[in-house]
Amino acid sequence: MAEPTFLFDGEPTPYAEGQSVGAALTAAGIRSWRTTRVGGRPRGLFCGIGICFDCLVTVDGRPNERACLVRVANGMRVTTQEGTGHGDLEV
Amino acid sequence: MSDVVVVGGGIVGAACAYYAAGAGLAVTVVDRGPAGAGTTSRGEGNILVSDKAPGPELTLALWSRQLWHQIGADLGDEPLELERKGGLVVAATESAMASLTGFARDQQEAGVDTVPVPAGALHEHEPHLAPDLAGGVLYGQDLQVQPVAAAAALLAGARARGAQVRTGVEAVGLVRDARGGVTGLVTDHGTVPTGAVVNATGTWGGVLSERLGCAVPVLPRRGFILVTEPLPRVVRHKVYSADYVDNVASSDAGLETSTVVEGTKGGTVLVGASRERVGYDDAFSPEVVRRLAAQATRIFPFLARVRVIRTYHGFRPYCPDHRPVIGPDPRVPGVFHACGHEGAGIGLAPATGRLLADLLSGAEPGVDPAPYSPGRFLEVARG
Amino acid sequence: MATSRSEHDAVVVGAGPAGLAAVDQLVRAGATVALLDAGHGPGGQFWRQPASGAPAPAGLHHDLGTYSRLVAALGRDGVRYLPQQHVWTVTAEGHGFTVHAVDRSGAEEVPVEVHGRRLVLATGAYDRQVPFPGWDLPGVMTAGGVQALLKAHGVAAGRRVVVAGTGPFLLPVAAGLVAGGADVVSVLEASPRGRWLREAPVVLRNAGKLGEAAGYLRTLAAHRVPVRTGWTVARADGGDALTSVTVARLDRSGHRVAGAERVVEADTLAVGWGFTPQVELAVGVGCRTRVDADGSVVCEVDEYQRTSVPGVYVAGEACGVGGAALALVEGQIAGAAAGRAPVPRRTSRRRAALRRFAAAVHRAHPVPDAWMDALDDDTLLCRCEEVPVGRVRAAVQASAVADARTAKLLARPGMGWCQGRVCGYATSCLTARWSGAPYDPTGLARRPVASPVTFDTLASG
Repeated sequence: MAEPTFLFDGEPTPYAEGQSVGAALTAAGIRSWRTTRVGGRPRGLFCGIGICFDCLVTVDGRPNERACLVRVANGMRVTTQEGTGHGDLEV
Repeated sequence: MSDVVVVGGGIVGAACAYYAAGAGLAVTVVDRGPAGAGTTSRGEGNILVSDKAPGPELTLALWSRQLWHQIGADLGDEPLELERKGGLVVAATESAMASLTGFARDQQEAGVDTVPVPAGALHEHEPHLAPDLAGGVLYGQDLQVQPVAAAAALLAGARARGAQVRTGVEAVGLVRDARGGVTGLVTDHGTVPTGAVVNATGTWGGVLSERLGCAVPVLPRRGFILVTEPLPRVVRHKVYSADYVDNVASSDAGLETSTVVEGTKGGTVLVGASRERVGYDDAFSPEVVRRLAAQATRIFPFLARVRVIRTYHGFRPYCPDHRPVIGPDPRVPGVFHACGHEGAGIGLAPATGRLLADLLSGAEPGVDPAPYSPGRFLEVARG
Repeated sequence: MATSRSEHDAVVVGAGPAGLAAVDQLVRAGATVALLDAGHGPGGQFWRQPASGAPAPAGLHHDLGTYSRLVAALGRDGVRYLPQQHVWTVTAEGHGFTVHAVDRSGAEEVPVEVHGRRLVLATGAYDRQVPFPGWDLPGVMTAGGVQALLKAHGVAAGRRVVVAGTGPFLLPVAAGLVAGGADVVSVLEASPRGRWLREAPVVLRNAGKLGEAAGYLRTLAAHRVPVRTGWTVARADGGDALTSVTVARLDRSGHRVAGAERVVEADTLAVGWGFTPQVELAVGVGCRTRVDADGSVVCEVDEYQRTSVPGVYVAGEACGVGGAALALVEGQIAGAAAGRAPVPRRTSRRRAALRRFAAAVHRAHPVPDAWMDALDDDTLLCRCEEVPVGRVRAAVQASAVADARTAKLLARPGMGWCQGRVCGYATSCLTARWSGAPYDPTGLARRPVASPVTFDTLASG
């Protein structure tokens, strides 16, 4: 059986069973996966335990999931998030 | 020696100080807490004409919004976060639309700009509205400010005109001369000599008026607001359901909720509004929050998956006849009231402050002060 | 979406040492208990278990025997253990309390309400942070976050790591990183060494704690990791991520020594300044709070861990930061008291001794003022709303603001996703400094929605 992977911005990325999205990305050498809505600054893990909301990311189309809390699943689509993550709602 | 001491550094007290100082009076503002920390910090910052039926409150509201424009010109829109966003009132059913249309027609005759919006055109104004609404009315004159910022800007303006602002100072009572006139305000930090005291303490106006020996009936009416996660611009106007108008005008003690949705410059969307008379009960209410969430999702279905990150609640200063109390108290010469604005304090603050400054300085008042006079409660009491 | 409702003698929130100990005591007293916790498994931050399900490596964990015994109690009759529950509020209802949570164990969140006659809040704490230039760069992390990556996921946060801040927690984090294969460039403990000598009488009575610290120091020495006391982080630099850290020496008053700075190459900075207790659920249900010796808002409790609200007990960090051993004892007391069982005098005495030790730690590890001197106007104070320091200072000075809540309302620090959990302490410190008013963090302690929740969930409650 092939090693389980998830997709980060379309790239198959390995992970270990039970790992959070944030841990798997860190293990893969990826430090940031969103940009802020005002300054466009890169952000990744900060508190690592669900408090600070810095590691927000889009998971299977759902924006603003905390990468430090969500566990990776095989085939999960994780995408870099820009700003509020709700750009599609802008009027 | 101050000509006047304004008790309360919320939006109404700040406006009173701003205009009184502008009229050349020596003004001191005292607040028991930080300025603007009471009901001023618990609302959305509405400056509305849309929710008011023709009558004394609408008269005051129309004047007040002109004054807000003037304040924006004098102090800048930016410090106030003044937005000329306009209001859109929507009706969910044909019968609600019929009442709204009639209400708007009466308002139009009283000087309010109203534009009927048929159901098919609602989405041109608000693309995220539910598809099955019956129609609405656009009110271009409605404005919004960030209320704490606006109060701070008015206080800064008052200070620039010579006013003194003292926070952490609580009013306790009066010093009066042999004829009963006010000669000073007693506080927990000593006595401030003055010939006039303005009760601008909002929801606490009832309590303070008793301490000053001239009680006016101001009671708390609790309201909750939900705040969303940051969003792009998703709502352009202040959007509310037509039943809001009925709730504003009612005196029911029980829980009343209607839908009010608006965006802010900060990116969050604010969702209200609830009204209940539960004294100063400060507890979180899941039932109020449940109803607000359900009703808002009915008008704006996209909210269903949006997250609420905070709620806040406060106490509107409610008067039984839904009119603010503005002017001299006939019982104690030198005491003036400027309280009891219920949910309209931000909108009505400039007109209140200006009217009070006119009355204090003996200038010709900009509107007839009689409907707001504290004397009306005495007449009721005498029967 | 259906909301499930159920009744218990007691509801416990939090499955760290305090919550697990409380459940254990409640079960022994014959009570029915529901335990709600946000984690995937029991243990909290202290006993965080490997996410893979593998046994925890002993080097990273302490007192695993106690952990195993307490977790075994979760399987007893009368206990409902509910993991992955994000509690967003607690309300008093009738003769008890309703805990409102979102069940996030499935793909879709499901609203949950759990009712209990009594309530034990064991909500723990998280790393306290203060801002410095560059602190929002990826690669700058909290010490607790670095530890969680190691404990739960076996991932070292980076290759070249600087550990900085103050408090005994920095040592296990650094030792864990070394064991995990990272190159720890240095450990910067802001407090001068001498501060501990003053606390010697209390410290010597807690010899076990001393032994733990000595063990970490031995590990660090074996890997030639320098532990510098009286040094701090001054700034972080990098493009899209951290590449270097400027470190600076502090004088005895906690201010920077001019010219005593060095630039250290690093891809990761783990930083922590003590802990901030999570009190929002207790505050929301009306529990009285106080400001503790470390400057944190904590719940007031009596000798039975009772709060000012009858029926509500608080145990562990939420009534004063004191570490896992104290949390365990407080959890035992709260559980026994909530279960109407007697509290042994030995347990009360142990609590008193551990509280004295916690107070000594607070005295020995204050947050030095140097961070306030090092801020640039464009250093972010609030990371969520991207509010720079200069904007808050301008608002405070222009409007003669003397309290942190008004500063927040005017300039928006603390208005974003985290609701001021990260910047609240710093905002309170800075407002006090700029206005000359006393430090008072209480105006920022209220968070009626303790965890974000969708309109759908709220509407179905």
